[in-house]
Amino acid sequence: MFPQMNAPLGKHPEHRVAWWFMAPALAGLTAFILAPFLLALGMSFTGLRLGSPLPAGFAGLENYREALSDPAFLRGVANNALFALVVVPVQTALGLALALLLNQQFQGRWLFRTLFFMPVVFPLSLVAVIWIILFAPGPDGLLNGLLNAVTLGAWTPRDFLNDPAWALPAIMVTSIWQGTGFQMVVLLAGLQAIPRSLYEAAAVDGAGPWRRFWHVTLPGLRNPLIFVVIVTTILSFRVFDQVRIMTQGGPQDASTTVIHEVVRAAFDRGQVALAAAMSVVFFVLVLGITLLQRRMMRQEGGTA
Amino acid sequence: MNATLPRLVFTYLLLLLCTLVFFGPILFMLVGSLKPDDQVLADAASLAALWPREAGLDNYHSVFERVPFASYLASSLLINGLIVGLGLLVNALAGYALARLRWWGRETMLAVVVAILVIPFEAIAIPLFYQLSALSWRDDHLVQAIPFVANPLAIYLFYSFFLGLPRALEEAARVDGAGVLRTFFSIVIPNSKAAFASVAIVTFLFHWGMYLWPLLMTTSESVRPLPLGIASFHTLPPLAWGDILAFGVLMVLPVLVVFVVFQRWFVAGVASTGIKG
Repeated sequence: MFPQMNAPLGKHPEHRVAWWFMAPALAGLTAFILAPFLLALGMSFTGLRLGSPLPAGFAGLENYREALSDPAFLRGVANNALFALVVVPVQTALGLALALLLNQQFQGRWLFRTLFFMPVVFPLSLVAVIWIILFAPGPDGLLNGLLNAVTLGAWTPRDFLNDPAWALPAIMVTSIWQGTGFQMVVLLAGLQAIPRSLYEAAAVDGAGPWRRFWHVTLPGLRNPLIFVVIVTTILSFRVFDQVRIMTQGGPQDASTTVIHEVVRAAFDRGQVALAAAMSVVFFVLVLGITLLQRRMMRQEGGTA
Repeated sequence: MNATLPRLVFTYLLLLLCTLVFFGPILFMLVGSLKPDDQVLADAASLAALWPREAGLDNYHSVFERVPFASYLASSLLINGLIVGLGLLVNALAGYALARLRWWGRETMLAVVVAILVIPFEAIAIPLFYQLSALSWRDDHLVQAIPFVANPLAIYLFYSFFLGLPRALEEAARVDGAGVLRTFFSIVIPNSKAAFASVAIVTFLFHWGMYLWPLLMTTSESVRPLPLGIASFHTLPPLAWGDILAFGVLMVLPVLVVFVVFQRWFVAGVASTGIKG
């Protein structure tokens, strides 16, 4: 149809217009993602500080040494890991439970799906403020009052957000509340994509509800499950807004996170080179998790 | 699977419990925004938390009196309008070039876009903050919008969508003598409304809550968006929870409207990225 179909692509009639189509996006990606990414790598080997008149010399691995021996930063890494270990399984299990609940026949499915999903569209800053009120200290607080009623008075009211043992769990609860609906809609779409004939065949073979769940539902949800697990794990390492607003990382760094320490180093203390080194460590962590999970996905994918 | 009555009752009980967990805090916000400030916490531990004894709109008045709410809202609308509007054009053009056109560099460019997808914004926030500050570009609306226009995820979503679009229409237009640009605007866009709608809604909902970047880049209240507004309002003395919740309701209203009206496309957008994953 096109006469020059076999000409080199560089001379193809669409070549020039294709680059014009691509140019605005390429300019944006280069200026605002690739350039700062390379800048982070470069800066992390210097002694750059914000507002410092001294020239920033080459500092070698000094920033990395400082980051990896900074107790607050290490606490942040550990908190992010703990956050992922708790939030990812809990949120996925809850999302799956909600999806299974909504996948039944009953009146008002649309309404309940909307209500359960609603927290996902709430900005995290607003979610954080709402939960600050729900976590209010003393017997007047909603959560303290509720726990007191459920335990028939055995619960001692506490100041969740100022208690080193409770600050991080409180942020986890907040995040799970906000994020579960996302898992739910992805898994619900996955459930609806499983052919009914598979369930009918399993029922003919005499499989009960549990066996149908293990042998039809779960294998059928493999891809959506892997997707939500990867996304939630990465999000667990990016946590910032809730921490900054609810606890400022405290008390005594009990609820700090990697990104919170990055922002504290650069923005509150002006140590941009140290913050760049921390950002690089953060990127390597996230990349490692992504690659690991993608590999697991591919290995198991052989059987699907 | 015939639903028997006990099973149906059990299902509704579970649904009610889940509604309390996931919608309860939202209802608490709505109800609290209508109450006198001192009653918000006083009622929190009882069922009165979810029912106003004396309702009124006083808190909504004081939001507008105590903080420049209209300015926060205008900033958020402007920033998001730019990100969504320019983003649809820029990313759709790129997605189309990657999916349909024949050019030298296509494969490399696609690989670059996919590779960039793994860079989380938080990893580049500080160097980008430094880079733009060095150019003295900070503290305005544009600096909060322009860096987010070109978006690798949006490019990828458009790319996947255009790959699945039947070629016949475009080929007919090309045979009739239409150039690439005219084919794109008069044939491709009108046939891709669903993709444009999902990308627009996902982009809008995502950026409406942006907090870290405006926190780094702005110092003037006049350019700050809603998330910074609520974060500073909740520490502004005197502490008035009713006012803060009223701010919250006003802040989330635009997203809730978008979400409820366009729910079909939004869920489709989220779910389709999920199944492809």
